[in-house]
Amino acid sequence: MTDLNFVPGQAVDVNLAVRNGAWRVAEYRLRQVTKWWGSIVAFGLGNPILFLLSVGLGVGSLVDANNGAEALGGVSYLQFVAPALLAAAAIQGVMDEVTFPTMDGFVWDKAFFAIGATSVSPKQIANGVMIVALLRGLFTTVLYLGILLAFGAIPVASVLPLLFTSMFAGWGWASLMLAFTARLESDDGYFAIISRFVVAPLFLFSGTFYPLEQMPIYLQPIGWVSPIWHSTELGRFLSYGAEIEPIMFFVHFGYLALMGVVGMSLAYPKFNQRLLK
Amino acid sequence: MIRAKNLTKKYKDFVAVDGIDFEVYRGESFGLLGPNGAGKSTTMKMISSVSQRTDGELTILGKEPNQKGPEIRAHLGVVAQKDLLDRELKVWENLYVYGRYFGLSRKFLKPKIEELLDFAQLQEKRNSKADELSGGMQRRLAIARGLVNEPEILMLDEPTTGLDPQARHILWDRLFRLKEQGVTLVITTHYMDEAEQLCDRLVVMDKGQIMAEGSPQELIKKYSSKEVVEVRFGTDKNEAAAKKLEGMGDRIEVLPDRILIYTKHGEQLLSEIVEAGMNPITSLVRRSSLEDVFLRLTGRTLID
Repeated sequence: MTDLNFVPGQAVDVNLAVRNGAWRVAEYRLRQVTKWWGSIVAFGLGNPILFLLSVGLGVGSLVDANNGAEALGGVSYLQFVAPALLAAAAIQGVMDEVTFPTMDGFVWDKAFFAIGATSVSPKQIANGVMIVALLRGLFTTVLYLGILLAFGAIPVASVLPLLFTSMFAGWGWASLMLAFTARLESDDGYFAIISRFVVAPLFLFSGTFYPLEQMPIYLQPIGWVSPIWHSTELGRFLSYGAEIEPIMFFVHFGYLALMGVVGMSLAYPKFNQRLLK
Repeated sequence: MIRAKNLTKKYKDFVAVDGIDFEVYRGESFGLLGPNGAGKSTTMKMISSVSQRTDGELTILGKEPNQKGPEIRAHLGVVAQKDLLDRELKVWENLYVYGRYFGLSRKFLKPKIEELLDFAQLQEKRNSKADELSGGMQRRLAIARGLVNEPEILMLDEPTTGLDPQARHILWDRLFRLKEQGVTLVITTHYMDEAEQLCDRLVVMDKGQIMAEGSPQELIKKYSSKEVVEVRFGTDKNEAAAKKLEGMGDRIEVLPDRILIYTKHGEQLLSEIVEAGMNPITSLVRRSSLEDVFLRLTGRTLID
């Protein structure tokens, strides 16, 4: 047992303390996340491998054997579905790292209130959560891309455009989910509902497995609002030059950007309000 | 260090803190004493710059918290009523992570963590998850964590609630040492003995207002007599006995379970009571405490 020996107020450099708070929160979140790195890697690898084996090879060989490439703009089925699979993977990855930590921070362990008592601001906390969510999305997407490459499903030149489009969708969705979760006072099973009744339909009805125009018109709006569809259309255009109207390029891009900006601008004030009430 | 003027906090129609004024000076141990719901914790949150005031003025370390919250918080150590530890992280990680929030370097934190683990007597538990610690240990860890940034002001909200007597005394000893180091302490408590032990100066709060301010001795001197005689005659007989006791001592308080008679000379008064033919079931002569001050000011006991 020893006494502490310090001059109060000497250790902290205020200018340093109030800057980069988001990265410090990210550092903390990474420390937490790495405790489950095993399952993150297992999901990151397992999901794409199972998908490629079943849909990619199974459905793909059927489509490719029946002159599907013609209908798909001259590419293999795997290359056609790759942008959608990647966008969906990114969205699922970021969603896990946005919803649960935010719930934990505000409701379960209330860690955000402990962080909020330091020089870190509420906005920095929100950004810190986002940084790790995007890193997780990036990790998942890169794994997926690696496996697609290993399967010979996409050319190397597609890697960067697809990384960009899927992460862009991931960011848009994560922002909205951050804003949504920051408003929850209790769990009540919302995340399971969102996963099953929002994310799953978005994945299935976003022109994932065939062009959206093949859908009856009354189902197409699900795709129009879905970040996966916008990201997929962008990805198909950027990775193999799928035809797209010039205006639509900006619509897809703008939609995802709007989602991200609206989400963050709804999330920040809620973080502020809850941590400074 | 802290200056509050007409400090007010309302939650919709509920007034939690109702226009209070106080100052806290460097190096002192300042207490907010009052029952649950008196507005102590709300006041603490406003000083901690994690709750914005509804009205009035407040400066902490010369800065205004709505504008300079993060800068103020950089020099505060906050130990909340709920420890808010990261239960999944190890004991040392809790200290490390918290230090990082203040922008402290790994090089600074490495020896600091050792110091804090010694101070909190948690060396042996350094690699345990925070979740596995006892209540007293968790509280000590929370206090150690609040000290990681070598704060100018350490804020402690009900620091010993839920701890056993031995753990409380260990904690008081630690806090006393900190004060000797020059750390300004701001403490809320509803334990009068804690306030008497730890606080140089305190305000008595009730219903969001400050009822009195001063050192424990000053308050006792001003609002109570030197000694108190406590007598019990049985729950249904206290009222009747109190009537007979009228005129004895300086003042009488009748509580549901006992009668308190305030006087300068307790033993002498007790003899008079017995001589008057009244035989209390139990009797006790003690020095006046802050509990008596609170009773005088509000007509209620602290634990009501």
